[in-house]
Amino acid sequence: MMASITAAAKAKNSGKPNNSGRPKQNREAILLFLPALLPVLILSVYPLIRGIALGFTDARAGLNVETSFIGFENFSKLLHNNLFWDSFRIGVIWTLSVTILQFVAALGLALLLNADLKFRGVARTLALIPWAMPPVVVAIMWRLLLHPTNGPVNEILLKLHLTDQPINFLGDFSTALPAVIVVGIWVGMPMTTVTLLAGLQSIDRSLYEAAAVDGASAWSQFWNITLPQLRTVIVAITSLDMIWNFNSFGLVYVLTAGGPGGKTMLPMLFAYNEAFRYGNFGMAAAMGDVMVVIIILFLFFYLRNRLRSEA
Amino acid sequence: MRTRPATRALQYAAVVVYLIFLGFPLLWLISSSLKSPQEFASITPSLLPKHANLSNYTDALNEQGLVRGLGNSLQISIYSTILVLIVALPVSYALARFRSRLRPLTNGWILVSQVFPVILIVIPLFMILRPLHLTNTIPGVVIVYMVWSLPFALWMLQGYVAAVPRELEEAAAVDGATRLRTIVSIVMPLLRPGLIATAMFTFISAWNEFFFALVLLQDPELKTLPLVLARFVGAEGQVQFGPLAAASVLATVPSLVFFAFLQRRLTSGLLSGAVKG
Repeated sequence: MMASITAAAKAKNSGKPNNSGRPKQNREAILLFLPALLPVLILSVYPLIRGIALGFTDARAGLNVETSFIGFENFSKLLHNNLFWDSFRIGVIWTLSVTILQFVAALGLALLLNADLKFRGVARTLALIPWAMPPVVVAIMWRLLLHPTNGPVNEILLKLHLTDQPINFLGDFSTALPAVIVVGIWVGMPMTTVTLLAGLQSIDRSLYEAAAVDGASAWSQFWNITLPQLRTVIVAITSLDMIWNFNSFGLVYVLTAGGPGGKTMLPMLFAYNEAFRYGNFGMAAAMGDVMVVIIILFLFFYLRNRLRSEA
Repeated sequence: MRTRPATRALQYAAVVVYLIFLGFPLLWLISSSLKSPQEFASITPSLLPKHANLSNYTDALNEQGLVRGLGNSLQISIYSTILVLIVALPVSYALARFRSRLRPLTNGWILVSQVFPVILIVIPLFMILRPLHLTNTIPGVVIVYMVWSLPFALWMLQGYVAAVPRELEEAAAVDGATRLRTIVSIVMPLLRPGLIATAMFTFISAWNEFFFALVLLQDPELKTLPLVLARFVGAEGQVQFGPLAAASVLATVPSLVFFAFLQRRLTSGLLSGAVKG
């Protein structure tokens, strides 16, 4: 099933657009673009550019406030703000832990599901439920699970004598960030698994047969065939996961709202508070600008290294 | 290649661990939604409710705010889905069929829109929509959702259009049909599975969306279901777990139902594309 998706994708790419009658086609294309062009320009392109520029102004919430250009003042304020550095550090820990842990788990699982096991169909179908669930519901569900007095997780830990007192996972300084990371993995891992599984199924079987004839061990087949063949899929899914995780908001907002004591204050939560709790639009936009720069730098280095080693 | 029984056993154990990690939270949510308040109060929670009943669901549905949230979410999701389809269909046709200068620009925009943190967009949007009196209104949120889910809708639909055999259109053109006529009577019917899949995807995105709604809708009368649920949790202390779990299950049902269809539609649409491609 998944293999045919890849096949379909390949077939799709081979359908090159017709290049004859260029001038007439251009006019027709523009006509077809028109209904989307105006809303996209007004509500997506313009706000994005204005949002980037806003980081260099002292814009504040509230009606009719004149804003003026203040250069890099917001940025230097951010750099001198400990809370900014905290949220930045928490954002990096969260992004790397969720992405890496979910990738390793997902790769293992995809390899398992690619083998000829029972429950395969069940596992695949279940795999996509977390992805389709509203993030708010996922957060509520995990608050029920991790609840210090009514939650089953504490109940199980107590029964197994792994702890002698219930743990307030989301409310305790030392456990809040790890707990939130586990929830992040729960949400993201299934989707990563399915993507990797599709990649695995598009690998040519004959490569393994040839390796087996040469007496290559399963381990060496994994390193020399599976991983190199999966490289493009891995680069695509992990870079997307990193960007999504770095920019994520709703899940943690409902789980902890950045608490306790700012221990789970992701960059987006920090920016949201600046803008809509304290009214510092300029400062929040500056935070957004910093995030964009980080993402672009990451994409640049990660993709360049990854794709170069592939060539 | 033979797998040794010990390895096989380990493999099954790993899959079972995964199924528990994935399935247990879901099972707990559903079971919680069927429990009585007394069972919640008991010191040892049990996995399955002792006397399963639907009273939490009726309680949730008697809650004014929840029903209103359900209605708001339904309205916003349906309107933005219709709007997205109307706008996305011609564009994705143009993207798949013409080599225009707008094509690389659009594809670039599709990629960029996936990368930027929404905080950069939402503040200017707020500043644009407020003087137009569109913050705190359903139409305001609908157009924001339209623009926000358009990139992915274009991404999906483009593929479906490309899978429609070009020969059919050429044949229609030979018979003297205009481009518009060809699109409406040849491409659209063949595109139905793709349109349905895109519609469902757009609906789910709007139904699940939280951030834009949080910023743009302050009026309690207009809050969407995710906002109502989130506020429910915020007011802990008196929070009633049973109705909260029931409302959470209710909020997930449309996504899951649509997704179940979407999955089959997606694969069948792509399959037919593969056969003809």
